[in-house]
Amino acid sequence: MKGEHIMQEIAWQASLILMALVALGFAFVAINSGGRYEDYAPLQKRAYRLRLALFWGVVLVFGPTMIYTLVNLPYDAAHARGVRDARPAQVIQATGHLWYWELSETEIATGHPVEFRVTSADVNHGFGIYDTNMKLVAQVQAMPGYINTLRHTFDEAGTYKIMCLEYCGTVHHAMVAELTVAGR
Amino acid sequence: MTKTTCMTTTPDRGAETGVVAYLLTAAAVVLLMMVFGLLMRLEQAQLIEMGPQPFYKLMTLHGAGMVGIAGIAGAAVMWHFLRQYVALSTGILFANLALFLAGVVMILTSVLLGDFHGAWTFLFPLPGSSMGMWSTQAAALFMAGLLVIGVGFLLLHLDVARAIIGRYGSFARALGWPQLFGHDDGKAPPPTVVASTMVTIVNVIGLVVGASILAMMLVNLYVPAFRIDALLAKGMIYFFGHVFINATIYMAVIGVYEILPRYTQRPWKSNKVFLASWTASTLMVMFIFPHHLLMDFAFPKWMLIMGHIIGYMNTIPILLVTGYGALMLVYRSGIRWDMTARLLFVSLFGWAAGAMPAFIDGTISVNYVMHNTLWVPGHFHTYLLLGMLAMIFGFMYYLGKPAQDATDGMLDRMAFWAYTTGTLGFVLSFLYAGKESVARRYAAHLPEWVPYDQAGAAFAVLLISAALWFMLRFFGRLSLARRDHTRASLPYGVVAA
Repeated sequence: MKGEHIMQEIAWQASLILMALVALGFAFVAINSGGRYEDYAPLQKRAYRLRLALFWGVVLVFGPTMIYTLVNLPYDAAHARGVRDARPAQVIQATGHLWYWELSETEIATGHPVEFRVTSADVNHGFGIYDTNMKLVAQVQAMPGYINTLRHTFDEAGTYKIMCLEYCGTVHHAMVAELTVAGR
Repeated sequence: MTKTTCMTTTPDRGAETGVVAYLLTAAAVVLLMMVFGLLMRLEQAQLIEMGPQPFYKLMTLHGAGMVGIAGIAGAAVMWHFLRQYVALSTGILFANLALFLAGVVMILTSVLLGDFHGAWTFLFPLPGSSMGMWSTQAAALFMAGLLVIGVGFLLLHLDVARAIIGRYGSFARALGWPQLFGHDDGKAPPPTVVASTMVTIVNVIGLVVGASILAMMLVNLYVPAFRIDALLAKGMIYFFGHVFINATIYMAVIGVYEILPRYTQRPWKSNKVFLASWTASTLMVMFIFPHHLLMDFAFPKWMLIMGHIIGYMNTIPILLVTGYGALMLVYRSGIRWDMTARLLFVSLFGWAAGAMPAFIDGTISVNYVMHNTLWVPGHFHTYLLLGMLAMIFGFMYYLGKPAQDATDGMLDRMAFWAYTTGTLGFVLSFLYAGKESVARRYAAHLPEWVPYDQAGAAFAVLLISAALWFMLRFFGRLSLARRDHTRASLPYGVVAA
């Protein structure tokens, strides 16, 4: 698995685990729904204690996760690993049109930070970069009247695709461009 | 086992004509929209061939239809139970339905005759920039249709606001703030009133924002010199859209708050934790909307981070208050698992389970590689199909139940498992495709994406068949639904007084 796809794997596996835990909780209660306890008050008391423990468990697990995932946001200039590279980033102007991409350059070198300045000449588009395995590695919205700066460093050579990720009308699915990434 | 007498023998009120009309409309539209959804999956699965324009027309109708009808179905549940506590206007209930149907006709005309296919989210400036694929009039008719529907719901919520304030004095009292922030004297309003107050507050604000951007865009269609900032428009649309669709769940869950205590003969009280969670949800459902804009880097960064943080916090009330509260009620309750109980129970699972991939998608670094992939319909179909819609089906079975001790048929039980299995398979096909980077809202899919679509289509057939059975059962029991009689099965070990 490529490092760039790790986020999708984490999201998938974390979702499955969490959904399964929720399912287990519901299944446990459904299985133990019989044999009525007439006096609800003591049961409530125990359940509230367990809920408090669960609350702190959720806070302790997801609190740090929430904060940790705020480090290295795609909005920050430091996001592209290549900023440590002494060379200035390669700037590519990207403009979405109904229904094609206009790119100022399409040739990129591996390991060299690239700064896409993304906008739209008409409606909202989504600038999604797909790698050679057709996996999404980065994206940003292309909006009329705004320039969104997307920073990315390409590690592997090959032909990457730019696909539209915001619905823009009849030919939305065919709004594709290509980037050629070559080794240094 | 000790036999005890049940706490109440008050007959459960039958549905008013208006509530039945809402549910019938909801059932018909949901079924049609499900078929539209299936056709879209079949097209992506390359099992039928319709072409991009019909696909995007169906997509536009599916989105607008499902969001609107979720509002109608949720409002039916809220109205039915809330009228026990406050005096609601039947005239306004019908006015909303009339405006809804008028709006539906306008939207259908716009899409089917005018070829409008700018998606239900009508992101500015797409409705006015179609490259000749639809006319300005078609776009105007679509947006005016949404506006008419929004006005209807606004009327309904204003009537609810009037009734609640008339009975409780203020929204603050109806949300139980005196008990939340002061001494809990046990006299906080019941859960139905608290939830209805929350929904009313957020939906009135959401609908006004939605109507504002629709009005602005309608002016812009004919007077382009009236310029609109695209980012502002997007923020307003997602604020309205997020609030409205979430409010449908908060309305439908009132059915769980009312029916599950009858089935378990245990109370669902408005204690401090319950009140705190609903006040928190009132705020969070309004301030979470920037999580729809995480890939709009030009949006204020602090608001995007706020969306990320609230996304995590928002799961706590769902999991630990409503979901957990239902588990407390059911555990060792002796509940009889009829269709109502099954569907309401599984609906809370669906809501809680769907919240998991939802908050994960609201994590900025995840959203960076999963926004607008099929992960998004994956998570919202989980809590809408297996959550919200299961609540509605549970409510329908409850209304149509012939008697307290009536049992379900084999086909009912089979339909329940078909619906649960079908929905889980259907949403997992979306989520897995999202993990594999399959783009959302594509009329045509790459060959390597097709297997996920085929699996999704197969599961869709299963869940639609089950949903059809649920609806047929309800249609066959309409006269029972209107009658006042004791419906809720008593738990094992409890006998009627």
